[in-house]
Amino acid sequence: MILLDPRPQPSRALALLSPVIAIVLTLVAGGILMAAMGKDPVEALSIYFFQPFKEFWLWLTLPPGEAEMWLYTPSEVVVKAIPLALIGAGLAVCFRANVWNIGAAGQYTLGAITGGWIALSAPDGASGIWLVPYLAAGALGGMAWAAIPALLRVRFNANEILVSLMLTYVAAQLLDWLVRGPFKDPAGFGFPESKEFQDGFIMPVLVGGTRLHLGAVLAIVAAVALWLMMTRTMKGFQVRVIGAAPRAGAFAGFSQDRTIWFALLLSGGLAGLAGAVEVSATVQQLQPQISAEYGFVAIIVAFLGRLNPIGALFGALILAVSYIGGENAQIMLKLPKAVTGIFQGMLLFFLLACDTLIHYRIRLAAPGRA
Amino acid sequence: MSAPAEQSGDHAGSQPPPLLEARGIVKKFGDFAANDDVALVIQPGEKHALLGENGAGKSTLVKMIYGVMQPTSGEFFWNGRQVVIHKPAEARDMGIGMVFQHFSVFDALSVVENIALALPPQPMRALSERIRQVSEAYGLAIDPGRAVHTLSVGEKQRVEIIRCLLQNPKLLIMDEPTSVLTPQETELLFQTLEKLAAEGCSILYISHKLEEVKALCDAATILRHGRVVAHCDPKAETARSMAEMMVGDQIAWVERQDRAAGGGPVRLKIDHLNLAAESEFGVTLKDLSLEVHGGEVVGIAGVAGEGQAELMEALTGEVLSDSDATIHIDGVPMGRADPTKRRLAGAAFVPEERNGHAAVGALTLSENIILAHHTAEGIAARGWIDFSKASDWAGRVREGFDVRAASENPVAASLSGGNLQKFVVGREILREPGVLVVSQPTWGVDAGAASVIRRALIDLAAKGSAVLVISQDLEEIFSICDKIAVIHHGRLSKEHPAAEMTPEKVGLLMGGAHPEDTEIPTEEMA
Amino acid sequence: MENFFFQMIIAATPLLLAAIGELVTERSGVLNLGVEGMMLMGAVSAFAVANSTGSSTLGIVAGAGAGLLMALIFCVIALSLLANQAATGLALTIFGIGASGLIGQGFVGVALEPLAKLSVPFLSDATMLGRILLGHDVMVYLALALAAGVAWFLYSTRGGLALRAVGDNHDSGHALGYNVIGIRYLATMFGGACAGLGGAYLSLAYTPMWAENMTAGRGWIALALVVFATWRPWRVVAGAYLFAAVTQLQFYGQDWGLPVASQFLAMAPYVATILALVIISRDVNLTKANAPACIGRPFRAER
Repeated sequence: MILLDPRPQPSRALALLSPVIAIVLTLVAGGILMAAMGKDPVEALSIYFFQPFKEFWLWLTLPPGEAEMWLYTPSEVVVKAIPLALIGAGLAVCFRANVWNIGAAGQYTLGAITGGWIALSAPDGASGIWLVPYLAAGALGGMAWAAIPALLRVRFNANEILVSLMLTYVAAQLLDWLVRGPFKDPAGFGFPESKEFQDGFIMPVLVGGTRLHLGAVLAIVAAVALWLMMTRTMKGFQVRVIGAAPRAGAFAGFSQDRTIWFALLLSGGLAGLAGAVEVSATVQQLQPQISAEYGFVAIIVAFLGRLNPIGALFGALILAVSYIGGENAQIMLKLPKAVTGIFQGMLLFFLLACDTLIHYRIRLAAPGRA
Repeated sequence: MSAPAEQSGDHAGSQPPPLLEARGIVKKFGDFAANDDVALVIQPGEKHALLGENGAGKSTLVKMIYGVMQPTSGEFFWNGRQVVIHKPAEARDMGIGMVFQHFSVFDALSVVENIALALPPQPMRALSERIRQVSEAYGLAIDPGRAVHTLSVGEKQRVEIIRCLLQNPKLLIMDEPTSVLTPQETELLFQTLEKLAAEGCSILYISHKLEEVKALCDAATILRHGRVVAHCDPKAETARSMAEMMVGDQIAWVERQDRAAGGGPVRLKIDHLNLAAESEFGVTLKDLSLEVHGGEVVGIAGVAGEGQAELMEALTGEVLSDSDATIHIDGVPMGRADPTKRRLAGAAFVPEERNGHAAVGALTLSENIILAHHTAEGIAARGWIDFSKASDWAGRVREGFDVRAASENPVAASLSGGNLQKFVVGREILREPGVLVVSQPTWGVDAGAASVIRRALIDLAAKGSAVLVISQDLEEIFSICDKIAVIHHGRLSKEHPAAEMTPEKVGLLMGGAHPEDTEIPTEEMA
Repeated sequence: MENFFFQMIIAATPLLLAAIGELVTERSGVLNLGVEGMMLMGAVSAFAVANSTGSSTLGIVAGAGAGLLMALIFCVIALSLLANQAATGLALTIFGIGASGLIGQGFVGVALEPLAKLSVPFLSDATMLGRILLGHDVMVYLALALAAGVAWFLYSTRGGLALRAVGDNHDSGHALGYNVIGIRYLATMFGGACAGLGGAYLSLAYTPMWAENMTAGRGWIALALVVFATWRPWRVVAGAYLFAAVTQLQFYGQDWGLPVASQFLAMAPYVATILALVIISRDVNLTKANAPACIGRPFRAER
């Protein structure tokens, strides 16, 4: 029988250690899963998890000339991490406010749609400066979509979890309709996709030979700015107080309604920005599938990053590794893509379980005496 | 089956064994011993008081007797036979009933459903009938079909008592039963308890109200820091001597001096304040008016849930009233001003609930300074937080109000109730506010902290501030207030000078005598 | 029109099963947001077992069992280890999407004989009402019986009283000696089994096949249904049929010549869910008086 004894003070060391323990446990459980599926667990885990780190290490240590070839996989990890970090940092703030925006996928989709609308309606020969209105439109689109759960929560007390989630399905249908209707490329042989974006709407690549793009800078800037906000400013303090104890927030003169608006618009805006960035950097056109599942995976990113925007950067890299590993495993081990989802779900399970240790000591007792 | 040998040795010869005996009870939470070698003997038909300060270990002990918790070590004997009480159902089967301090009733259920939950399964209709019978026999009128959330606090307690009585208890444990009752309701409760005791039921009565214990009980066990420090006959002691046994020290009794209170200007004025309840679970405030002058402490008495929380929210600005004119702070109409504006105007507030309202448990003490002082004391000018200023403030509060904590800047939740309360009161008083509104200033804190807090409130008033104390504790109201008003069903009586009031008169108002009557019928008191 | 109502009853069944289970879970004070994940696991397990054994009965049992096991994971993390219930429920859904995809990879595109329809001689065909109400498969009626059983259990039995009590005030329940965590384990696992049944219905009867993510948000709609029904069993039944009617719009809308693109018809259930939530939630008294007071709050017994 498990007994939990509350700690007098939450343990800071365990708050940082818990994600590490959770990752280790996920790898152990993943190894068992691989073995059960008849794969060599060591080989499978090294493909899933260790390969990108190994190549990154080789890139760091090998002399110039040999190192370059090892950069590609690590750079792909970063490319995957960019949308996850952007969304995850926003969700970290949002969850701190105890506002449960789990519809980031819908806001991401809307960001891609509104950004795409700018890109598709721009005149021919648009220059790189068009990226600014493009990204702004993406952020605004995400904010507009997040404004719906905000309004309905503040005005009508409707649960933001369910509303934001329902809107992801609506957004997916909207995108589907657009790429088969108004946004459809007339010269696209009937495929459900838009025209390709002009060069001015493509995220600039930072390092030659990779796809590493400007979005990485955006993600880092966003994370640092949000971290400063949460730790140094009144706005961040308000978010933390309202999230921890709404009545104390009211006592302090903070408005819960405004905090709900802020949390949803901020996380929605970043999700929308991520949508615009991702579409511009990878597929460079609108399609029915634009990896909106990043919006859900970013929830794990936010928790893995301890609901800290800078932590979300690290969380995003870990989840990105699992994506890249999943793709490699698909090719090399013929493992289905769904395994990645299992890994991600297990990671969140273990993380939540380990977080118990932050607040409690665990004691095992014989059931009779308890 | 048979009593252990040593047991019979303790109670020589023909004398029957005590109903309940606890020996060497130890209860540890982690490293902390809530009960340390506690002994307790209750005779049949005895009204036994368990006395002690908040945190002395009274509730822990009775929870073990009732089977809610298990002792770390130690033994219980029931009628001379050793027993292990694994769970409340076993305690109930033995004949132990318990009325909890924070009632164990279910608001969403009906009275009869609430009672059924503690009894063996039986048809609801027959049970309703039994409830009617018992409630009449003991003068505890209640309608079995009513939903519990519509009951008053006193009625909820009746549900608990009836729940126990239906089990024909041999021992009835009552944890701080009168803290929510008017003096008249207390009187009725005592009649019920006397009747039960006369029928042979023992009562274990937990309280820190010494006058009540003197009036009711014929034996007392006193706990301090988890240990038994004395046994006594309450009727042979004075309240003061028992208090000293509880606290273990000569305590500074805070008493209102007969000083020329009032006379100062009106600093807080509530003017025909009306406020509709936010939901059917709230209380609507109806036409409240009150003036608090500089230099005086005004008390608002009342049993729980009569509109105190709503009034507090209206005063802090957490809920805005319809018109600015309903609340004046130092002459400035502020009925629609937010809490920050009110603080800038010189007001300060201490809500009832320290953890979760007055302070955030998960935040550190210096962050909890920011909570109240971000703008009024310039800790967060232009949106950026000045943490050194905040920790400076926290240090001053800790020093000025003797706030004890294990580390430099701990999270608020790690403080004991008394220390956290000193912190949130000190945080406001150190500002020397012109108007201080404080709700339940010493609820659930130890005598030392209570004395520090009451002293500080009186001192603040002496410096010319207006102090409004909302409290359910009549002893407290009478010990520190210059004037007393009573809140009942969302209405506020006229305030009266404390010298003209008695607990009985206040009790009548608390029970709903018409507050608009300025004259209190004194005849009925006899 | 007749067909519309016939199909509506079928479409309502998985929603009803999942929602009635979640209602019991929530009434005990637990918010399990993992319904979608539990349904998916139920759907894939039911399909896999029915496909490999040829027994749809075994498939149904497997679906319920899979949902129950998923709920058990939730219980350990959220109830025993006191993790945030909302986050744990989300993890359950993410895990369920992945795990069901893995289990189901070999079954994509495999066809299955749909669950047999019952037939009542004469009555099934005689009248329009008979044709709409009768002649469904056994799970349609099982779902209704389950709802009736839950209503009876909650309001007429001691167990139901205890379950409502710990959902209303877990501290009081504990003080009276009820095993709060034990009751919540049972209620949550019942909810999981029901969600698994709902999933099984999708893959065995509604569309007898397996496709990744085939629940398409029904688990979330079931969660909203519980709120919409203000935690009352019979209102869940009414709500499920109402929602199913809206869902059917996407299949019948174009037949009826509605001048709307199919994507907008497909949005209808989700938009309707949002509207329903708004309508119910705007009245604070309605939700506050009915929502279990302890919902989503962790409980730890001091011992």
